[in-house]
Amino acid sequence: MATLLQIHEPGETPAPHNSDDHLAIGIDLGTTNSVVATSSAGNPEVLRDDDGQALVPSIVAYAPDGSCIVGGLARNLLLDRPECVVGSVKRLMGRGVEDVKSLAGVLPFDIEPPGEGESGMVRLNVAGHKLTPVKISADILSALKERAEERLGHVVDQAVITVPAYFDDGARTATKDAAKLAGIEVLRLVNEPTAAALAYGLDKGAEGIYAVYDLGGGTFDVSILRMEKGVFQVLATGGDAALGGDDFDHAIAEHFLSERESGDLSASDVKLALMTARLAKECLSDSNKGEWVLDIDGVTSRHELERTTFDTLIDEFVVRTLVICKTVMEDANVMPGEVKGVVLVGGSTRIPLVREKVAGLFGKEPLADINPDEVVAVGAALQAEALSVGSDTLLLDVTPLSLGIETMGGLVEKIIHRNTPIPVAKAQEFTTYTDGQTAMAVHAVQGEREMVDDNRSLARFELHGIPAMTAGAARIRVTFAVDADGLLTVSATEDTTGIEAEVAVKPSYGIDEEEMAQMLYDSMKHARDDMEVRLLAESRVEAGRNLNAVSAALSNDGHLLSDTEFNEIKAVVQQLEEATKGDDRDAITAGAEQLELSTKAFAEKRMDRGIRSALRGVDVDALDEQASKG
Amino acid sequence: MDGPDISAEEQTANDAGVIACWSCKGPVSRVTAFCETCGAVQPPGQADHFFRLGLERSFDVDVESLDQHYFDMQRHLHPDRFATRSAQEKSLSQQQATAINDAYETLKEPLKRADYLVHLLGVDVLPEGCNMVNDQVLLMETMEMREALAQAETPEQVSVFSDRAQADIKQCVEQLSTLFKDDDIEGACKLTTRLKYLTKLAEETRIHQMKLI
Repeated sequence: MATLLQIHEPGETPAPHNSDDHLAIGIDLGTTNSVVATSSAGNPEVLRDDDGQALVPSIVAYAPDGSCIVGGLARNLLLDRPECVVGSVKRLMGRGVEDVKSLAGVLPFDIEPPGEGESGMVRLNVAGHKLTPVKISADILSALKERAEERLGHVVDQAVITVPAYFDDGARTATKDAAKLAGIEVLRLVNEPTAAALAYGLDKGAEGIYAVYDLGGGTFDVSILRMEKGVFQVLATGGDAALGGDDFDHAIAEHFLSERESGDLSASDVKLALMTARLAKECLSDSNKGEWVLDIDGVTSRHELERTTFDTLIDEFVVRTLVICKTVMEDANVMPGEVKGVVLVGGSTRIPLVREKVAGLFGKEPLADINPDEVVAVGAALQAEALSVGSDTLLLDVTPLSLGIETMGGLVEKIIHRNTPIPVAKAQEFTTYTDGQTAMAVHAVQGEREMVDDNRSLARFELHGIPAMTAGAARIRVTFAVDADGLLTVSATEDTTGIEAEVAVKPSYGIDEEEMAQMLYDSMKHARDDMEVRLLAESRVEAGRNLNAVSAALSNDGHLLSDTEFNEIKAVVQQLEEATKGDDRDAITAGAEQLELSTKAFAEKRMDRGIRSALRGVDVDALDEQASKG
Repeated sequence: MDGPDISAEEQTANDAGVIACWSCKGPVSRVTAFCETCGAVQPPGQADHFFRLGLERSFDVDVESLDQHYFDMQRHLHPDRFATRSAQEKSLSQQQATAINDAYETLKEPLKRADYLVHLLGVDVLPEGCNMVNDQVLLMETMEMREALAQAETPEQVSVFSDRAQADIKQCVEQLSTLFKDDDIEGACKLTTRLKYLTKLAEETRIHQMKLI
């Protein structure tokens, strides 16, 4: 059969505007530091500042007028104006006020209670502004976006952003919301250890079963992966979303403060003590001992610290990571001896005690050939290129936490078990308790514990529009789906009538839609323009899909049309093609509608022929050949 | 979805195993993943797990070949391949990838595979599935094993149990294979229950082992 037009194989259609002058980027949005990288033709490159620095401290300083600076400059302000500076907000993503109270001792945050009608998400007071972790993260992302745009010399609006594998749904959603606020379309949220594995697999050609041990500033992750011929299959993952280098800093700071007379400490004093502790920690990764000075309330104290004391201070945290490693190996059904290599990720893996203990558990020296601070961003950049330009690489990830619903007596019934490959969907059937009941509530939680209160509350879903029936007659099928970003969606249908129930989501710690709209409005800098650009891009993608479909149909079945009919459709095709080259969204939409109309009769002819030949069991091509011969 | 108010035309199309491609509107087989004409991804449709992964319906699944089929399918249908496509294509690829994951997870483990196959083949024989436990011998056997395992204090001692559990599982799987070949669904069902207990025991042994390392 003659091919009139070029047809792309599925998955090979070049995406719009992804030529070399429009690269998507990879962002490692870390607790302590963030890194941005890009990749072109399989060559990843970390984007550095003029001084060659890749790490952007995840620290933001706010001015009274609300403007902000991000990174090293903000960190320098920490000592002079601590009340205007905020860091480590990643630990607060998707968290409620109650969660943060337990962290309040560890982290010097000035917490504000949520106002009337606001969601349960935690809010901070920085320089007199009431800010959510989402807003602060958005400001960090904007700075990274700017760095990328400066380096690359073009607008960047698409990115792969990495998140700890162990991040729950709330924290993932918060990250995606932050990107939206920063005017970035998230191509995919990729788990940090998976991104690191991707970098090792593609860059270093690693194959076999690998463990990725990722100890960052505020989070710990461990993943076991099988890597072969471009396939990265996560077998199991686990971690602790509140365990990292911050805890080491805190242990040292407490040690220092216990050595001196200290009264009530302000948040600023704590920030100072923590900063000194961090310096001590970094120093003790290379030296065996050192001395540090604390100057609080006019009282100066000197503190000596040896590596051995430091090791004792952090030992309990390191042991906790090893216990998690064992659980994950159990889940992956892998023994330590089967692990071919252990990849180290995160600045905290520079600490000698950490390396020693990891080597001991797995029985081999861990790998750090790729800079542990940069490897995640490199993986993210490779994946950003794969998603926007196309690639043969396959990333198969899992859900880190079990997903369940509240049942009678505050118990949890697990619907999707941890370490299930994503995307995944599981349906559960419910019924009504009273006659004529038209609504019901479902409480979704995430975690491994048996009692609802011991797990993380994700959201309460209210199902409305259930047809009125006698008690127990309705069959409501609720489907829980986790997508490739690890995000949950819930849908519900009543089985006997096929009526779809409405699902209203009340995220427990997220930002609800109204609040999001308000935040977008507040950051007018992006809002309206971005929305227009996005809608235009979407209508172009959709028109392109439509044109591709019609072209294929014409080349396959064009002979079903008379010359006049054929030319009529071609004319409409050309019109739409022209429209997609311009920036008039209405023209594109109108053209697409016109195409839909003008091909309706053609579609009917094709269906008719398809059904006839299928019923006869006759090969269509043979039929055509006979027809043309006869 | 096949609703009750389906039109006569659609009914004919359904009988012929043909539906209209949502993208190019032409005919497309109900079980194909991509439209042959325009290449658009299709909804997953109704297919059993074996068919979905392109495998023969049998209890004897070669794990390596299963992996390869699974990877091949995901390589084409995973949402990562559709990151810059239209919303409809993204959504369909997610549905496809979800169905493939479900099939893979079910067929990967001998236990889930046996359970699934019993359901697939024995809807009429055993509507309740393999969840009935009335095998006193089996219950006693597992209880004794569990007690003995709790006494084990060294990795070597635990190894004795894990070796035995593995051997028992292997034997059970071999017997299941024969029963399925002989179309003895009831027998297979009984043995699937035994496999459930053995698998649980093996798991406990492994956890015990890990604690001792």
